[in-house]
Formats: sequence, structure tokens, C-alpha cells
Amino acid sequence: MQRLLTLAASAVVLLGAVQTANAADYPTKAVTYIIPYNPGGESDVTARFQEGYFKDVAGQDVVIQYKPGAGGATAWAQLNGYEPDGYTIMNVNFPHAILQPSMKDVGYQTEDVKPAFVFHYTPDAILVRADSPYQTLQDLIDDAKANPGATTFSGSGTNSANHLATVRFDQMMGTKSTYIPFKGSAPSMAALLGGQVKAAMSYTTQGIKAGDQVRVLAIATEERVAAYPDVPTFKELGFDYVAGAYRGVTLPKDAPQEVRQKVSDIIGQINANPDFKKKLEENGYVVTDIPHDKVDQFIADRRAEYASAIEALKAAK
Amino acid sequence: MLESLIAALSPLNLALALCGVLAGTIIGALPGLSATMAVAVLVPFTFTMDPASGLIALGAVYTGAIYGGAYAAILVNTPGTPAAIATAMDGFPMAKRGDGDLAVTLSCLASVVGGLVGALALLFLAPPLSQIALAFGPVEYFWLAIFGLSLIATLSAGHTLMGLMGGCIGLLLSTVGSAVVGGDVRYTFGQTQLLGGIPIIPAMIGLYCIPVLIDLVIRPEAHLERRSEQIAGFRLIEALGAVWRSKFNLVRSAVIGTAVGILPAAGGSVAGLVAYTEAKRTSKDSKQFGKGATDGVIASEAANSATVGGGFIPTLVLGIPGTPPDAIILGALLVQGIRTGPQLFTQQADIVYTFVIGLIIATILMLPTGLVVGRYAFRLIISVPKTALAPGIALLTVIGAYAIEANTVHVLMMVGLGLVGWLLARIGLQASPIVLGLILGPIAEAGFVQAWLIGGAQGNIPAMFFGRPISLAIIALTLLTLGWPFIVAWRARRTAAGTT
Repeated sequence: MQRLLTLAASAVVLLGAVQTANAADYPTKAVTYIIPYNPGGESDVTARFQEGYFKDVAGQDVVIQYKPGAGGATAWAQLNGYEPDGYTIMNVNFPHAILQPSMKDVGYQTEDVKPAFVFHYTPDAILVRADSPYQTLQDLIDDAKANPGATTFSGSGTNSANHLATVRFDQMMGTKSTYIPFKGSAPSMAALLGGQVKAAMSYTTQGIKAGDQVRVLAIATEERVAAYPDVPTFKELGFDYVAGAYRGVTLPKDAPQEVRQKVSDIIGQINANPDFKKKLEENGYVVTDIPHDKVDQFIADRRAEYASAIEALKAAK
Repeated sequence: MLESLIAALSPLNLALALCGVLAGTIIGALPGLSATMAVAVLVPFTFTMDPASGLIALGAVYTGAIYGGAYAAILVNTPGTPAAIATAMDGFPMAKRGDGDLAVTLSCLASVVGGLVGALALLFLAPPLSQIALAFGPVEYFWLAIFGLSLIATLSAGHTLMGLMGGCIGLLLSTVGSAVVGGDVRYTFGQTQLLGGIPIIPAMIGLYCIPVLIDLVIRPEAHLERRSEQIAGFRLIEALGAVWRSKFNLVRSAVIGTAVGILPAAGGSVAGLVAYTEAKRTSKDSKQFGKGATDGVIASEAANSATVGGGFIPTLVLGIPGTPPDAIILGALLVQGIRTGPQLFTQQADIVYTFVIGLIIATILMLPTGLVVGRYAFRLIISVPKTALAPGIALLTVIGAYAIEANTVHVLMMVGLGLVGWLLARIGLQASPIVLGLILGPIAEAGFVQAWLIGGAQGNIPAMFFGRPISLAIIALTLLTLGWPFIVAWRARRTAAGTT
């Protein structure tokens, strides 16, 4: 009996050792990287950029999979059903992951999808057609004030990041505009280019795809972005507005802290690569370094930032 | 452009085009493994190639996959991609009566012609044609979807009531989940799995394929009729003859496909269906449609292959992807450092023209590839014993329903809808109107609400719906489609009255 116990005990210790050894060696095989959207969007493109550097940093391949549905909610609701061993990581976006659970039951809470690292954001940008009468942001604000409700903004989806940005724009400027939701960025941009709407609440990245067919009125960054050296930031124009869609990498919440830290380190090292950073910036992305130990603060800040706009969205329901 | 031609004809690019078409055709033939999937899987490999070669490989896989959908549609009544819905309507009856080989050859010829028309439009007319994508606002999409729904009247001529009921079931199914516009959650019964709505491809696999499977098991006769013990050749001469007789239909369908492909929110399924109903409406032999008319297969396949070239027009000129695979290819372009937009055709013309010529070459290569693969597919389906065929197809339906979004719930939905579809088919309700409602419902709904909101902001909602020229043209076309059966009947009566 005694012997058996000793054997069992040593087996447990041994298993434990193997477990920690596993965490220390992570990753020892290919990592699956789930994108909760259809391929071709910003989440996919940035993951594809990371893919090229992942092997250099981690020594293993990353395999990208898609699990689209309900604006990302389908995948996020399933995140904690995966084996928490670090070999399944997932893309997670903000404000989406704060906005969705506060609007309705989507099968997950913000805490369930806490990222290990937030690696970039696509800054909010107001786009108009190249031949639009709005030359500056002020032209748009003046028109919106003079004709309440007549300024139409196209954007991607209801209760989405673009929707939230439009509500915040109205709160900030004291205007009342009409938000027209579309199914994704492509039809939203088509509506802008076709003159169906007066402006698009979108991102710098969408402006770059449209080239010189659009004029960017203002960008929600701290400093001017490399891709648009001539476009002012909201800050320069006197509005304290820095916002966009933040993207991070998350893993199931029961994953060992050590593995979570490793994932954070890997994504951080990819971010530190000057080539990677340059590619992202050329395409209108802004690289951010928010590692594992700063994520809680990041989420708390975002919650505070979105609070009043979320209340306004709920009231409009 | 001559340099681009030479670049596109380099051994590497030719090999990529051939392998791409072959791989695409095989992937497209498997139900559920769509063109979108095929292109997404290939993208990372293209990053190591030079931009033009990478694009040729992507374009070739895409073209092949759209065509490959025809095999499953013809041989097992399961559209491999949504674009092949209309192909199944006449292709499967043809196969059933023993003309599967002819249908496969026909679909290949029609696809090549359709693909070439789309690609030539892309080569020569892209900048002006891209304006079509911009002329279509929410209200035009709304009326287009209503027009699409009116096609049910033509599709189910003689069983109009059943067709309309099917369409309504499809529309109801399309409302499940959270609404794109408004975000309201409908008919989810508290299930978060239903928030994303009823997925179209699993629903299609269920509604079309499960009834075929059940019949395969409960009925004694063979899956497809065999003409003789000896499996004939491609029946190429016969097919060429049918295509030649149908040349107007062929060109009209290819033009419809190109135009619909340019519209970012429409897509191959709509193109195939519009071309099919136009073919049926104008045919002297419209009663044969749905019973194995060669014209039906030609119309659908020419149109859906033409959407490939058409879809690239807004993708390259405006940076707005015309179809889901285009969205992926656009992403790949950006990663390669290529800037889309009107200036693309002037500033990076060498890459663009090499790509378009590569696409044309890939389309031409589809002829031998398609014929050979099609022949093997036909032989496989006709010679495998039923005891192996039924479980084989069953396995494919499960893989297909799962693979689109890697979601097991979709497999359950596929099986559930399939059983419902089988029961409905027994009382005379066909799958096509249901699928049409499911696909067009969200387009109509989003278009209506967006148009209403914009009209409201402009202070004139009626003008929004009834004051725009393209809208009025679509409304007129809808009325014509709805009234056509009555016009035909009235004419027949007059002629009858005149002769007596």
C-alpha cells in the first residue's frame, strides 16, 4: 500500500514536472490561430502579416483558421471550449468584445475573452468622396448642425465599432447624424463611393483601399499616421478623440499563466520587428504594445471610454 | 500589353494556371468546400511568389472552383457552391435520364465561354463597368432582391402556389439571428448558436442533398440511368451542337453574369438564377426547363463563370470586393504591396494585365481539365455501387456543412433542414424557392431599411423608392416577369380564337 502511494505520488510529481516542462518549451508544435471573421478583412490581413514572423520568433508554424459569424461573437462564445494548452489562440477585437455583451446575450462576457496581447488598432477615420463639398471636418460639423438628421454616415453593422464611433461623434460635436448600417466594410464603402451617403465612419485602412477616390477628413490617432501625412488628427482639430478597432490575441481563460505570458512575449516580439511594423503602418494600422500584464488596465480604460456611448445606444433601442 | 502576354505565358505561370484550375475544380466539386475556402487556403503560399504569379494562381483556383460546383450539382443534385443552384435544376434531371456525361461536357463549354466573356470585360472595360457597382444603392438592391423573388413565379410555373409558399419559408428562415440593420435578435429561442442566422451553404446542402440521399436508400433503382454498358466519350460533338443552337442564350447569360458579378452584394447564385429564368422565359420550349433542358445548364454555367471576371472589376478598380473570394484576393494584393484603385490600371499595369491574361489562360485551360475531370467524376458516380455511394455522399455532406465555419452546429442544422426538405418535397414543395428566399431575404431586408433611413434623412422616402431610374427599370422588369405567364396565355388564346 505504502509503495503504491509513493508510486502514485511520484507519478503525480512527474506529471506535474512534464506539465511545467511543456509550458516552458511552448510551443513544441504548430499553433492554430482562429480568426472570427471571413478572410480578407483587417483581422485576417494582420494575422497574415504576423504569420510570416511567427515561425522566426516561436520556432513553430501558425495555422490560420476562420470561424466567422455574428460579428465575431460565434467564435468568442466558443473560445473557452478549446483545450487551454496554448495551441489554440484567437483574434479578439475591441470595442466589439465590450460592446456586444453589453447590448445582448451573445454567449460570452468580456472577461471570457481577455487578450494576452493587444497588438494594433485601425484608427477611426471619417471619409468622404473626393468630390464632396466637405473640404474639412469643420464643413461636415457645420452642415450636420445646420441640418439635424440629414447627415448620413455609412458604416459596418448595427451596434458595431463604426456605430459606436458615430454615436461618440454626435456626443462630441453636439450634432445629430443618421447612421446607415451595412453588412461589412465593402458595401459601406460602395455606398460612400456611389454617393448614397454623405460620409463613411470607417478606418484609415479602408481609405487606403479606396485610394484617391476618397478624402480623409480626420483620423483618431495621437499623432498623424504615416500613410496620411497631410490629414489632421481629431486632437489637432481640438477634439480629444483617439479611438479605433483594437485587435489582440487571446487564448482560453484556463490556460496556464506561463503559457499566456509566452503568447504575449511572442506577439510582442513580432511587433518589435521593424519590417512588420513598417508593413502595418504603410497599410494604415497603428501598432500598439499592450502585453499580458497591462491588459486589465486596457480593458478598464476602454470600458470607461465607451460607457456613455453604450448608454446612448441602449437608449436608442 | 504584349509584355504582359509574354509574362503570363512563362512556364511557371502556365503551370500555376493549370495546377490552380485543376485543384480548384476538384475542391469546387466537393459540396461545401467553396471557392472562398480554396482561395483562403492558397493565399499564404502566394506570398512567396512574385505578385503576378501569385495572383494567377489565386485567379485560376477561383475560376476552377466556381466551375467544379457544376459536377456535384449535375451528378448528385447538390450544388457544390451556391453559384451552381440553377445548374442542378436541369443538370440533375439530365443525369437522371442517362445524359450526365453530356451535361458535364455542356457545363464545361458554357463555363469556358462565360469565363472568357467576364475576363474580356475585365481586360477592356473595367473602369467604365465599375461604375455599375456604384450606381446600385440600397434601394436598387432591394428592388433587385424583389425581382429575384419574382423569379419564383417563372421557376415554379404550374405550381405557383407551392413555389410562393417555399419562398415564404425561405424568407422566414432568413430572418433568424441578429438583423444586420437594427441588430434585433429574432427567432433564436435563447440559443446563442442561432445569433449568426441560418447559414446558407449548410442549408443548401441539407435541402438539396439529404432528399437525394434518402431516395437513394429507399428506392430500388440506380442513382443515375445508364445508357449502355459502354461509357461513351465526352459527347463533345453533341454538346457543341447544343451550345451552337443556344448561342444567343449563351452570350446573354454571360453578359448577365458579368453585370451581376460587378454588384458587390449580389453574387454567383443570383447571376445563375437570373440567367436561367431569362433563358426559360424566352425559350420556345420553356416546358422542358426543370426536366433536363440543355439550355438551362448552359445559361446557369455561363452566367456563374462570368461572375469571376465581373467580380474582379470593382475589386481592382474601386477596392471593393465583388464576391467573398475577391475579398481574400484583395487582402493578398495589399499584403503584396499593391494599391488598388483607378490608378492601378495605369501605375501597376504590368501586374494587372499579366494577371488578367493569366486568368484568360486559366479559363481556356479549364476546357481540357474540366472535360477530363468531369469524365472521371461521371464514371465514379455511375460505377460506384449504391451501397458505397450513399455513405460516401453522406460523409461529404457532413464535411461540407462543417467546413464552411468549422462549426458542428451547422451539421445538425444541415441534417434537420434536410429532413424538413424531404418531407416538404413529398407534398410538392421544391428546395429552390426556399433557398431563393433564404439568399434574397437578407438582401431585400437590408436594402429596404437602409433606403428607408437614407430617404428619411433626405426627407423624401417615396422618391427614394420610386424616383430613381435604375429602380424603376428593375420594377418594370419585375412586373414583366410576373405578368409573362398571363401574356403568354392571352396570346395563345388569341391565336386559338383567330384560327377557329
